[in-house]
Amino acid sequence: MAEEIILELKNIKKSFGSVTALSGVQLQIKKGQVHTLLGENGAGKSTLMKIISGVHQPDEGEILFKGERIRLATPKDAQMRGISIIYQELSLCPNLSIAENIFANREPMTGWFINDRQMNRAAQELLAQIELDLPPTTPVKALSISQKQMVEIAKALSLQSEVIIMDEPTSALSSRETEVLFRIIDKLKAKGVAIIYISHRMDELLRISDEITVMRDGSYIGTVKKSEADINGLIRMMVGRELKDIYPKRSYDIGPDTLLEVKGFTKQGLFDNINLHLKKGEILGIFGLMGAGRSDVAKAIFGITPPDSGTMTIKGKPVTITRPQDAISQKIAFITESRREQGLVISDTVKRNISMVSIDNLLSRLGLISDKKESDVARKAVAALQIKTAGIDQTVNQLSGGNQQKIVLAKWLETQPDILILDEPTRGIDIGSKNEIYRLMRKLASEGVGIIMISSELSEVLFMSDRMLIMRDKKIVKELDPSATTQDEVMLYATGGK
Amino acid sequence: MANVSRMAANQKTMSAKPGLAFLRAYGGILAGLLVLVLFFSLFSPHFLKVNNLLNIVLQVSIIAISAFGMTFALIIGGIDLSIGSTIALSGTAAALLLQHNVPFLPAILIVLAIGVLLGAFNGVLISKLHIPAFIVTVATMGIYRGIAYITTDGVPVAIQNQAFLELGNGSIAGIHIPILILLLLFVINHVILSKTKFGRRAYITGGNEEAAVYAGINVSRLKIGVYVITSVMATISGLILASRLFSAQPNAASGYELDAIAAAVLGGTSLSGGSGKILGTLIGAIIIGVINNGMNLMNVPYFYQLIVKGVVILIAVYVDVKNKKRLT
Repeated sequence: MAEEIILELKNIKKSFGSVTALSGVQLQIKKGQVHTLLGENGAGKSTLMKIISGVHQPDEGEILFKGERIRLATPKDAQMRGISIIYQELSLCPNLSIAENIFANREPMTGWFINDRQMNRAAQELLAQIELDLPPTTPVKALSISQKQMVEIAKALSLQSEVIIMDEPTSALSSRETEVLFRIIDKLKAKGVAIIYISHRMDELLRISDEITVMRDGSYIGTVKKSEADINGLIRMMVGRELKDIYPKRSYDIGPDTLLEVKGFTKQGLFDNINLHLKKGEILGIFGLMGAGRSDVAKAIFGITPPDSGTMTIKGKPVTITRPQDAISQKIAFITESRREQGLVISDTVKRNISMVSIDNLLSRLGLISDKKESDVARKAVAALQIKTAGIDQTVNQLSGGNQQKIVLAKWLETQPDILILDEPTRGIDIGSKNEIYRLMRKLASEGVGIIMISSELSEVLFMSDRMLIMRDKKIVKELDPSATTQDEVMLYATGGK
Repeated sequence: MANVSRMAANQKTMSAKPGLAFLRAYGGILAGLLVLVLFFSLFSPHFLKVNNLLNIVLQVSIIAISAFGMTFALIIGGIDLSIGSTIALSGTAAALLLQHNVPFLPAILIVLAIGVLLGAFNGVLISKLHIPAFIVTVATMGIYRGIAYITTDGVPVAIQNQAFLELGNGSIAGIHIPILILLLLFVINHVILSKTKFGRRAYITGGNEEAAVYAGINVSRLKIGVYVITSVMATISGLILASRLFSAQPNAASGYELDAIAAAVLGGTSLSGGSGKILGTLIGAIIIGVINNGMNLMNVPYFYQLIVKGVVILIAVYVDVKNKKRLT
């Protein structure tokens, strides 16, 4: 069968300021095929997708659509050509109906007025195609995440899209919902739609892809056909080094002292009867799929959303934590999963972000903030964590994800915590920074800090934690020894297969 | 790596020249001020006279002091539209107290305490009941103005207390007292914002409220504190205004909240919170004072003055928005 190339990218280069995001990337998308883009966070996948969808323009290189060289100056240009993107964070208006969202800004009109009947009928037909059995007048806020995703797909179909980009579409889906999505993808393929699929989930991408392109550090590494692909080969291409070079091994013993003990933590709708303990110098991994309640437990320990019932002891003493201030005075630090939302004042400087929690230690005798102390602390932290910045007065929005994450770490390390809670500590950062953060975790643990690491990245939990808990449906379902388990066993507990 | 050390070197030269940072921050607005001064001195022979310049600073003191307070509210991402009413209410409160023979100092202290209460009321509604600041202060703008009218039956109250009249009209060592108060409050507010924990927390909260909560900042207490400062600054403005007018007028200072916002925004305070400096606000207030005064000297009718001020603010904010875009 002749394979028709619908979209081709040649030698795409893109820089943001002094940061090179893409250095000569190529891609060939064929009609009716699923082409998966594989790469670590920070490999340049999102930038490439933004170029294909008209958000960014390449500095160099060319884009060919059906053999014709095109320029996509705006997202609208891409849409008009039939290229749609479905973002991880869906972009629907919650208060509008399904039909209104599908036809946003393209409503069928009768004279000056929107023809609601025609719009709803057209939406109904689209929903039928993707097996979403809901009235098109349903408000989007009443839908589940997977249903919202289906609405986005319906929208893409209504635009006569020939290329649909799906950015980690399954990251928020249950296994049943994932099956539905895959069935829709098969249907789209049969209609001749090309899909660019972004995911790190090896098992699923091997299942649905026709071709896989691997990227690393903004470069094109290679494209393999599904029939030639194997997991180990793909990981090597993606990571560029062996696993043992990423995850530092433990070279110290874990003390016998219990730092933290949580008993019977329950909060209606968020988590149920959580029991856990953490030893001095231990890294405790908590693994679970999205929505399992992992972050909610951390928020409860830190006093953001205190539990309805349950008790907590720190170093054997019972404590009550109802506000973050209480947690901070108990020497707990919490690095949340969204550093931009909860960790950083993004428009502020490196220095002022680092001193954010520890400003009490940086006062002069008059009780005023000492610029000298503050600057010294910031400079030391920048050097110690190898934060790449033009200086401590640089604003943090100009730094890379990895360096931003290090600033959040620096901010909390200034409080000299005994207990460090890390929620998705390496999400969205490059492999080099990842390794530095892992080494920092080992160093802190060797100094007696107890670390709770929440993660949905299985390899990270398996290779970094000394002990792991698995959460599912708001409960801890299993404790495992990471050195004596397998990815398959963990996934079975996490998904409810066991 | 070479790149990083080069950047670090760059950084050193940057921090070694604070004058340069000052020019970068305020160069544009100072140039604008210079253009205005040149313009008015060309078109009005009286503009550059010492008496007139002093007059400008006197006029500016009332706008600037209330704008200092507004800067706090804007920095935490809030706003206070009730300060015009607070200015009027504090004047009428002072006049009524003095009329009932309350001595000068207790009267001033009582009015300041009223200012604290008015600000705390705004702050509690905003931070504890989570009503948007815009709505709360539009509502209290009406409430505070209404109280000023009711307590005075809607007519001006004359002030005869000598000590009180000194506040706006007297001078110490040849310098007008409102200017001394302005300078004192400039220093105090500047130190609060740039050097105290409270000020730092205000910036953090305005920059990212969620991060502030996670950093253990008691955000609602902070907000109440900020609205108290905003209100107390307006109260002080109100005392000076009443003293300068020799009477308290319940309809005084309407629209001053917009002058205060304009001064802060001209001076580089962002309406979205997280940034702003007292020095910038002072320069912004001087620009507004210069525009008011210059147009008065040129006999521009008040109605046209309103339009000119509106246009100046639009230009300043547009320049600010453009600069920000370029940076990101």
